[in-house]
Parts: sequence; structure tokens; C-alpha cells
Amino acid sequence: MSLTAAQPDGAAPELSGAEIVIQALVDEGVELVFGYPGGSVLHIYDALFQQGSLKHILVRHEQAAAHAADGYARATGKCGVCLVTSGPGATNAVTGIATAYMDSIPLVVLTGQVPTPFIGSDAFQEVDTVGITRPCVKHNFLVKDVRDLALTIRKAFHIATTGRPGPVVIDIPKDVTDPNNKIPYIYPREIKLRSYNPVEKGHLGQIRKAVDLMLAAKRPVFYTGGGVVLGDGAAQLTELVKATGFPITSTLMGLGAFPMTDPQFLGMLGMHGTYEANMAMHETDVLIAIGARFDDRVTGKIEHFCPHAQIIHIDVDPSSIAKNVKVDVPIVGQVANVLADMLRLYREQQPKASAPAIQDWWAKIRDWRALDCLKYPTNTNAIKPQFAVETLYKVTDGELYLTSDVGQHQMFAAQFYPFDKPRRWINSGGLGTMGYGLPAAIGAQLAHPEAQVACISGDASILMCIQELATCQQYRLPIKVILLNNGYMGMVRQWQELFYESRYSHSYVDALPDFVKLSESFGHVGMRVERPEQLEDAMREAFAMRDRFVFMDVIVDPTENVYPMIAAGKGHHEMQLSPSHAARELA
Amino acid sequence: MRHIIAVLLENEAGALSRVAGLFSARGYNIESLTVAPTDDPTLSRMTLVTTGNDEIVEQIKKQLNKLIDTVKLVDLSEGDHIEREMMMVKVRAERPDREELKRLVDIFRAKIIDVTDVSYVIELTGASRKLDAFIDALPDGLIIEVVRSGPTGIARGAKGLTL
Repeated sequence: MSLTAAQPDGAAPELSGAEIVIQALVDEGVELVFGYPGGSVLHIYDALFQQGSLKHILVRHEQAAAHAADGYARATGKCGVCLVTSGPGATNAVTGIATAYMDSIPLVVLTGQVPTPFIGSDAFQEVDTVGITRPCVKHNFLVKDVRDLALTIRKAFHIATTGRPGPVVIDIPKDVTDPNNKIPYIYPREIKLRSYNPVEKGHLGQIRKAVDLMLAAKRPVFYTGGGVVLGDGAAQLTELVKATGFPITSTLMGLGAFPMTDPQFLGMLGMHGTYEANMAMHETDVLIAIGARFDDRVTGKIEHFCPHAQIIHIDVDPSSIAKNVKVDVPIVGQVANVLADMLRLYREQQPKASAPAIQDWWAKIRDWRALDCLKYPTNTNAIKPQFAVETLYKVTDGELYLTSDVGQHQMFAAQFYPFDKPRRWINSGGLGTMGYGLPAAIGAQLAHPEAQVACISGDASILMCIQELATCQQYRLPIKVILLNNGYMGMVRQWQELFYESRYSHSYVDALPDFVKLSESFGHVGMRVERPEQLEDAMREAFAMRDRFVFMDVIVDPTENVYPMIAAGKGHHEMQLSPSHAARELA
Repeated sequence: MRHIIAVLLENEAGALSRVAGLFSARGYNIESLTVAPTDDPTLSRMTLVTTGNDEIVEQIKKQLNKLIDTVKLVDLSEGDHIEREMMMVKVRAERPDREELKRLVDIFRAKIIDVTDVSYVIELTGASRKLDAFIDALPDGLIIEVVRSGPTGIARGAKGLTL
């Protein structure tokens, strides 16, 4: 049943604010809303109950509503939507909103608010949502008049999904959704905001300059980030990288935009990047940065960053350019458009210039690669976390939508599960939110019901949103959780070992639950694997259960560390390799 | 270096706090900030004075432009421009000081806009430095209260910061 059944006289239908919220989402093409009801949104939930076009997913904590909407958005490229109540509903969602903001994920977050006459009176479940969320949203609105509701929702989706995407909060006081106050409803199709005009096309003169630099480069490298995934520029990127024959590295957020199994791919760069990627960054003479923001986890010490390079930077957000690092050729525009223009100009220019002499460069890179920096000992009785990820890759043919929490397991996944397609690797890179993985997997699985979705997690992270096991049961989501259980907050423990003389202050997770029984109590399948030789069969068994949620508690080597590592304050060339490499002379 | 930046903002609730929040969140300096609606009631014009090296000021301008409420922005310090600030000073003005104060008001082309037996309120408009000079020139111990608007500015010539 649609709320906009044509009126007999063809006039706009009369809807209440609550009905407008629902109908505007339907008109916006929204399929799923992740939410949790409460006092201030009861009118909206009542309107939701009385319609059939919009599906609502009931989470068990508002943080998970935002993460699930975010996971849905990352897996599809569409805007994620969540609906929470005022006060604690809104504050619980803030972590999820900030997570989306840091990674530029399009979300529209509808928050209930106390009725307008009560605003500012410290009413029950009142909080200044617009004030609290202001620093972690792309924009936010407080709607005080039902007549502004439809237009505001249209604006919110427009802002969230265009330019550099991001979360937009709409705070809606309860009286604005009053079911007894009906007004004519028309959803605005076109919207123009005089104060908001994201750049679409890059400046051709600048792109030409960049191409000239690329053609003259001796040691070029592409450095690509999440912007390529978000801007749907993966195909254009792949074509350009292939046409140039240049090496390419990617940030954590950009993995999968270029096929990671391709020989031109050097692996991830940065703090836990590969030796070859970081050394290439250190020695490059022309760096082509695309949709990446020179984050401190990527650059290492800024003074040592790419000391020999002229830098080309393509980004849709002008404020990302020259924020942390000086740039020689800035190009503002949508990544897909700029890369298409760049490819065209590159092909036009290429015959005129001499073929780029980068054979020597590749020879150097091959030497770095020969170090095999990710190598880890395999002749152990304990399951190495790296081996667990490699086995996961083997069992799933690299086809997973893989979400992750934050810590060692996240880095191992980035290093050992090579994604060949964009939007397959879903993790909180910017904010580093533990607890993200499971709810994000809910969003990804609902977006792709037929696909295999897994969440790789740690024993500390998983407990931060463990209540979502109930949501997975309610909607029969066949997600697989791969828990790399080392009994520690692994990354904290690693830093304490390396930088605090092994004083393991509160990084030991005492009193872990029995994850198998815990999963079973929620109606799921629980499995525990403790020996390396059992792992592959166990994973095959788990993934063969296409209609069941399976929680795999994989007991891994508790003291394994993530290498290579660039310590804080060091440059790309000052990587610390694993102890088994340390004995060897570095190139 | 000191920069004076004029911003046209949507006259929406919260626009001012977005700007103030941006400056505190990113650790930018803010010396003064004035804002009022313009002849077009849907627009506010803000003048803000900040300091920082070229890179920081460039980032400030980019971040201001990024705010959805920002319609247009100009760094007035990049060209010829006029700055004016308004000040009202309440001073003790008893018998022996009244004539001296009156003379200072004339010299600075200020105005006395409130008079009692024992006090004046003096109004003075001009570049911020002129206002500083006037305060320095006032005899010690006479100032009761000073209120300043913060500078506003406009570019010289026919071009305007409009839509």
C-alpha cells in the first residue's frame, strides 16, 4: 500500500508528518531503514506499521543502526538510512555517524526530538542532537515545521550522496510528525542549493599538466584511496593503470578498486603496508594520488614523506588537497570523470613522448618484493592469524563481502585477503571503530542476500556490538563471523610490547565468554577451531551452511604481531620487519 | 599574517555555530567575528579576522567554503579594502576632565552620545588601530566600559560580494 494513492481529483495527497517521512523515503528509492523505536519517533513507527513499501530492520542498539546503514551504503553505493529516537537514541548513534563521517559514507540519519514547545526545557530524552552531531556530519537539519519536511529530506539525500559523500542528520520533533495534522504532500524531484555546488569535471589544463608529468616520470607510482571506491572510479582507474604500466599501491580504504591480485599492485601502503609499497613511495619521482587524503597512518612522518616526488592529487574535496602535504598539480573533480579525461589525454600524448623508461623502476620494485615482507612462520602448532585469513581467502575464492572490526585482525585481512573488486572490503578506517564489523555485515548481507558475507573480528572488538547476534537471528542472516581469538586486544598488546617494554596494561581480555555457546544461545551455529590442520575443513563446513549464521571461534597464536610496521614518527623507509626478517640485510 | 575574510551565509539557524565550531575543532585562531543579515534577508554576512601562515589561511578558506551554509567567501586582505569598527566608550567625565575629553572627541572625530553629570558615552568608528589609539589617548583611570563591534570590511571599487 502506498501512502500516495492518487486523490480522486488529482490533487496532492494529504499526509501527516509521520507519513511524509515514510513516503519521502519511498520516493527517494530507499528499500531498507535500520532503526530502533522510542517515544519521539512513535508517530513515525506507527506510519511505518501501516505501509508495505519500506522495510525496517530492527537492530538491538542504535550504534548498530548507523553501522548497518553504513555497511549497506559501502556494499551498494546507495545512501544508508537509519531511524532512531531522541536523547539516548541519538547519542548512541553518534559513534556510527562519526564512523561514516570519517570514511565519507553517505547516510541519512533521522532522529526523533522532543516536541518543539519542549525544546530547551531539559525534557525527558531531550538532547541537542544538532549540536552534538555538528562536528561529525556533512550537514544537519532541525525541522520545526511539517511543511519543510519533504524538502529537507530531499536536501539531505542530495547533500549526503553528492560531492564528497557523508552523513546528514535530520532531527524531527515529535509534534512535526503529528498524525492529526495533514498537509498536501509533493516530493520535490529537482533540487538546487545555491550554497552547494560540488565540482563534477576536473580542469583539463591541470589534467594535461599531470599527464605531462606522468609521461616524463622515471619512478612513478599510483597511490589510491577510498575516494576511488566511493566515486565509482574503479573501472577507470584499472584502465588507466593498465595503460600506463605504472605500479600502484592503495590505502586501507581503497583496497579492491584495482585488482589486488594483479602484478602491478604492490600491496597496501602505510603503517602496516608492504615493504615494496612503502619503499616505492619513498623513492618515487611522480606520485599520482587519487581519492586519498594523506592520512597520518599512510604518510608516516610528514617530513620524510615522498622526499623526491612531484605530487599530483585528484580529489572531489578541495579541502583534502594540500591539507597535510604540499601538492604540485591539484585536480578537483569527481574521480571517475577526471580519470576518464586523464586516460584520454594520456593516450593522445603517449605516441608523441618517448615510452616511459620505467623498466629500471620495476627492476628495483622486484628486488623489494623478493624480500617477501609478509612471510610468516607456518611450522607451528598454533593457528597463525595470517594463515587463518589465507585459508578464508582460499575457501571463499576471494569472493566475500568482508567486514572487519579494528585491530590486528583488520590489518591481517588487508594484507592476506586480496580483493579484486571494489566495495567488497568494508571496515572503519578513519575513526577505527571497534564493534563496527558485525552490524556492518548485517547491512552488507541485507544489501546482497545471495552473496557470501563474513565479518572478521577479534575477541575484544566483537563484544562491542555482540547484541546484534539477535538481529542476525531475527532476519535469518547467513553471515559468517571469523573470530581471530587471541585473548588480547592484539593491537594494543603489540604496541605495549614494542613501545612500553611489554607492560601489558589492561590489554588482556579476561573472562571471555564461550563464543560457541553464546552463538548457540542466540540460535546460531557455533564452531571452535584450535589446530591449523582443522581450519580449512571447518571453514568449508561453515560456508557450506548457506542459510545459517555461523560463528567461528578460531583460537590463534596469542603473541603474533602485525608486520611490517612503521612506528609513529618514522618515515616509509624506516619500516620494522618481522623478527624473522630482521636478521636479513635490508636492500 | 592577519586576514579579514567576508562570508555570505544562508541566514539559517545554526550557521554561526557551524563557523565557530569549525574554528575550535580545527584549532584555527579567531580574533573577531561579526555577523548580521544583509539587505537580502535570506543571507547573513559574516566578517572574521584570523591569523595564520598562508597554508593555514588557505585551509581555513577551503573549510569555510565546504560548509553547506556558505554561499560565497572573499579574503578581503588579498586586495584593496576598507575596514571599519565601531566602539562605544563609557568614561568618567567629572569637572576637571570634561573639557579634555571633549577635545579628544573632536580630534578623533568621535561623538558624545550620552551625557550625565559625571559620565559620557563616546561613539567612535574607524579602523581598529584608530580605536586602539583613542583608548590609549584617554587619560588614565577614566574608562568605565568599552564595547567594540569587531571589524567589518568591504572591498574598494565597483565589484561587490553578491550572489
